[in-house]
This record gives sequence, structure tokens and C-alpha cells, in this order.
Amino acid sequence: MLEQDLQFVETAFKKYYFEHFDLLSIPNRASEREFGYQKFNGGMNRHISIKSNEELRLMLITNIPSDVYCSNAYYSFPNLPMSEKDWKGADLIFDIDSKDLNLDCRINHTCIKCFSCGEVSILQSVCPKCKSTKIEKKSLTCKNCIEGAKNEVIKLYTILEEDLDIKKEKIQIYFSGNEGFHIHISNSPYQQLGSRERNELVDYIMFRGAMPETFGMKKSNPLRSSFVDIDTKGWRGRVSKHIYGSKSKRSKAITEIISTGYSVFQQRLDNLKEIIGVKIDPNVTIDIHRIFRLPGSLNSKSGLSKVLCENLEKFNPFQESCFIDDENTNVLANCPTQFTLKNRIFGPYKNEKVTIPKYAAIYLICKGLANTTIQN
Amino acid sequence: MLNLGPDEIAKYSFLAEAGQYLKDKGFSLVQFGSDSDLEPIVEKAFSRITTAIQKPNYNSEPINEQLDLEVFSFLIAVVLLKLCGKYTLIKRFSLAEARRAEKFLEKDLGKVSTPTEKELAQRIIQDLFSITIKIEEKDFIKIPISDYITHAVQFHEREWKLINRRVEKGMVFLTPHETVRLIRKELDRYINSKIISANTPPMVSGFQSYVEKLTLFSKKFEVPTIVSTEYPPCIKHAIEVLEKGENLPHSGRFLLATYLLGNGQNIEQIAPLFKNAPDYNEKITLYQLHHLKGSSGSGTEYKCPSCERVKSKDLCFATSDCDGIINPLQFKKKKTLNA
Repeated sequence: MLEQDLQFVETAFKKYYFEHFDLLSIPNRASEREFGYQKFNGGMNRHISIKSNEELRLMLITNIPSDVYCSNAYYSFPNLPMSEKDWKGADLIFDIDSKDLNLDCRINHTCIKCFSCGEVSILQSVCPKCKSTKIEKKSLTCKNCIEGAKNEVIKLYTILEEDLDIKKEKIQIYFSGNEGFHIHISNSPYQQLGSRERNELVDYIMFRGAMPETFGMKKSNPLRSSFVDIDTKGWRGRVSKHIYGSKSKRSKAITEIISTGYSVFQQRLDNLKEIIGVKIDPNVTIDIHRIFRLPGSLNSKSGLSKVLCENLEKFNPFQESCFIDDENTNVLANCPTQFTLKNRIFGPYKNEKVTIPKYAAIYLICKGLANTTIQN
Repeated sequence: MLNLGPDEIAKYSFLAEAGQYLKDKGFSLVQFGSDSDLEPIVEKAFSRITTAIQKPNYNSEPINEQLDLEVFSFLIAVVLLKLCGKYTLIKRFSLAEARRAEKFLEKDLGKVSTPTEKELAQRIIQDLFSITIKIEEKDFIKIPISDYITHAVQFHEREWKLINRRVEKGMVFLTPHETVRLIRKELDRYINSKIISANTPPMVSGFQSYVEKLTLFSKKFEVPTIVSTEYPPCIKHAIEVLEKGENLPHSGRFLLATYLLGNGQNIEQIAPLFKNAPDYNEKITLYQLHHLKGSSGSGTEYKCPSCERVKSKDLCFATSDCDGIINPLQFKKKKTLNA
């Protein structure tokens, strides 16, 4: 980021942390957690211990970080090096990102920026100006992406509640501040699980590794298979429901499964993971030492906040997570696709000087699609 | 520790505190080597070892009148193994003892047992392996998911994956057989560690010939290995991707680096492999390799991920040569059964 853009964004971030500190709160058992932050154009600072809201406020105002993180893990000594921290357990965390959902709309709101010449253009595999393949994708999330991510959150929520028996009040859903949702679960029976064990939970949630026998099919003698009912709880019931459609179609569907054989059914189950499995980022959930974005903090990829979603269905991130003010700002914008913030549509901009509210300017600068050079 | 009656200790002899048990019964170890009346016990101990080693399925139902014989023969077997000092024999013996205990546990957990036996089996599983068990009607046992996963991750067969289990409201449903199977490895490990940590007594006269026979016997089980110079397919793939200048994901780079480090290569040999990566930066590569080796940062040495983990990251390209290995590093040393 250019020096003057950096100053502009840092000032806006500082103002946010000053005026909206109430949106941040240190999580429970804060003194046992590791905190970390990144500065614009800087590296990661971690192994920090913060015990109170005052300490957090001081850290934010003094350092004006681009991103703030807090561990899902609890340690005896959170500020010591990793090997000396003494891990005590970790909250279960999930990350659902719309970029992992392979949605058709992505092509319409993803553009590229060339690492070599800085050219910005619509999505393509090489830079149209210098033909370099070293390009960076920039996505400006749309409503459809958010709806897709919400559906995944709902699927996850069902499994957490029904299968893993996690109580509603322990599940907190946050908008990540960019393209998806973070789900935090504290104080559950899964706190003590290590990384390998969490990977097993991940496979369960993503519907990975299912075998035909689980649903009643016998490999050696398919005719003696005994398929489970639609009403069965857990994945066995969900899969049956998906395959049969309804109780009345069950026997016809079973006849077909038996006639096509074991390996076809296995293939069908493998394909099902893309449809009924929950598309979480496995790396996040299996990481028991992760520092995860702090609720209420700003996301430097967008300038939007990570906020709690009280009502997921009605939640509108482009409205409810946008807290930067609307002061008119002049920027040189180069954004080939449209985006919506606070119910206002912006763009496309073709390397042009525009006057837009500060929240939109910050959004574009964070995405690397605008700069403040014209203010000189 | 659990309080056990004589019939229970005969079934689960490994729970006995050896020295204390002999003392309570008024015996010393030396007596077993010199008293001809006690020789059948030593004989039984010896045959218990040899049977176990050849066929890890020692199947003896304790007979009420011979409960002491059962426990004594187990304890003397442990003494003989300690005096012999061959790890292979201890390993095979503890496995056989674990299988034997498994059978009793399974039977006791099943519906044919009396409530006391059922309760004991439950307590053994709870106390030794921290699994909370709820016995349900219709032959099912319910275990909390977190307890289940903690033990099931050690299995590599797909049927043990949580996705292939009946799961409801935080519980996994298992049959008594599956429940016992779940703790098989740990039961084996428990018995094994108990034998390993037992004190080795001075040689008892009368035990010498048994110990010599065991030493001779153990030679049968020494397995030679061959060392392959070839890389496993997952590593070959990772190297090919980098050679083509394509992007290898972070998990692939981690796999490659930890494999090569685990294989004894040094950082200077490994670093050039990453030169073709689209985002190559020499300084960062060296920093990361040093970090993985544990020579910088926290000092933690990162190990090569298991085949299961490699598979979950879509980096596994297994061929039949990979059969029987659970970590890419084992590809190098495959056992040759007929060598």
C-alpha cells in the first residue's frame, strides 16, 4: 500500500477503534488467550497477552493494526513462545468463505490485478497489458455469495446442534468482515480435542470418507442390503432423504442402487460431499493454535467489521458491518465491477477520479483498486 | 485402582500389582524357581508366552479352582520376559494378553453378563481409557463423540471414521464388540507399558533354562528390512509440480520439506527445490525450512504428516507400493517378509 493511502486508511481505522470500541470485547478467559495483530505493510506480531478491555483499547490506539487476532486456544502462559505456552484446550472454530463455494456469480465480480505492471481488468488468466501470469484475484463479494455462505452456515448449525449436541447458546455466528462467516463454539465437550481428532470432525461435517455400508449396502451380497430409513438421525437419514426424495420413492431408489452396484453407489456418495457436505475451511478447524480474527475488529481486506449475526437470515453485511463514516473522499478508482455498500451501488470505475463516501473509498483501497494520489 | 475379586483378577490379570499379589498370597519369587510343587506354574507361564507369541490368541477361560494358577502364571510370564529382555517377545505377549482381555470385556459388556460383570467392564474402560459408557437396550453402547474420536483416530480403516458411524445427539452407537475393539491398541499399549515398566528381578535359579529358550525363540522374529532409494508417489508429485513451475499449495510444501528433512537431507539440499515456485523468495524459504527443522523459532521439529492427512489435503497419489504404510517416510523402509 502506498504511504499516503496507508495514512488515510490508518486514520480511518483509528477513528473506528476510537468511536466504536463498544463493538469489540475481549472474549471469555481472555487472560489465557494469545493475541496478535498485523500492521499495514508489516509482519505479524503475536504471543501477546491482553487481560482487559483497557489493555485492548491501548493496543489498538497505539498500534493502529490492520488486523487483530485472538487465539481459539487457552494457555497457561499465552505470551511465551509456542512450545512453552502450555496448551489447555481450544474453542471449536469454523470458517465458511464464499470463494470456496464455486458459485457462478464469482466471475461477474472478480477482477485481476497484475503483480508486474499493476493493470486492473476483468477476470482472465493473464494480464491483458503485459501478458504476465503473475496476477492477483480481487473479489468484491455480492449478495448471492453471502446467501450461499449463509446456506452453508445453516447446514453447519444443523449438524452442530443435532449430531454433535452443541447447545444453541454456545454457537456464535460472525460475519468475517470480508466474504464469509466465522462460527465460534466455546465451552463444549470438544475443547480438548487435538488437531487429528478435529480433522475427524471436519471429515464428518464435510461428508468426506463415507462408505456404502454406512447406509446399509452390503459389498459382498448387495441383495441382502438393508438400507436406512429417511427418519434416521444424523448423516444416515440426511443421505437417505437426499437419495430417495420421499418415503414413497424409497423402494424404487433402492432397487436402482442395488442393480447399479457397490462402486456406483460409492461414487455417488463421493459426489454427494459437494452437495450436502458443509463447505468449511478444514485448515481453520483443525488448527488448535490459530489466532483468529477478533470479533468487532476491522478486516483489512475490506474495511468492514467482523460482527455478530443475531439474525442470520436477515443479516446484511453490506449494511450492518460497514462502520466507516460517509465523508466525501476523492480517489483514483480502477474497479471494473460494481459493488454495493449501505444500499448504494458503486462502480464500475475505469481508472477515474471519483468522489465517494469514505467507507467505499476505504473498501476500494483495501482491495487494492483505488488510491488517494489525486489528493496531492 | 480397581478393587478386584479373585475371579475378576484371573480374567484381567494385568491389573494385578505383581509384587503385592505374590506377597499377599505368601509367596516369594525364589520359591517359584526352587519349589517343585510350583513348577507347573512356571511351565504354564512359559507355555503362555510361547502360545501367545506364535498365535496371539491365548484363549484360556479361568476355572474357578485354578484362579490363582491363572494369575501366578501371568506374573511369572512377565518375570521370564523381563529376564529375557527381548522387546519383540514382550510386544507379542502383551498383544495376546490384550486380545484375551478383550474377549472377557466384550462378553461382560454384552447382555448375557450379570450386572456386576457389566459394571466392572464399564469401570475398566472408564478408568483405564477415559471412555464414558452408557449401555443402551438392544445391544448398543453409547459413547460421547469426543471420547470416540480420541480413540478411533488411531484406526486407518474407513469404517472407524465418524462419518461411518451411527451418531445421534453427541453420542456414537457401538456394539460391545466394537467398543472393545476401540480400545484394542490402548489395551495392548497399557499391558505393554506395564510390563516394560516392571522391575527386572535378579535371575532366579530354575528360570535360567526357560529364559535361554525364550532368547533362542526370539531370533525367529527378527525381520530384515530393505531400504528403497525411491521417493513415494506423493513426494514425486510435489517435486514434479515445483519443477514445472506450478503452484504447490502450502500443505504440499510442508509435506515435501518435512519428508526430506525426515529423510535426512539438509536445508541447503532442500531449498533449491522451491526455486521454481511462482512466489519463490529465498529468504522466506530458508526461514521456513529452518522453522520446520526446529533450528529457529520455537524449536519444535515438525514431522512429516501421516498418509491420512496427506490424503485429506488431496496430495496422495498412492500406488500398490504404498500398501501397508501410514506415513510417507515408511515408504523408504518396507519390510521384506521373505528376506
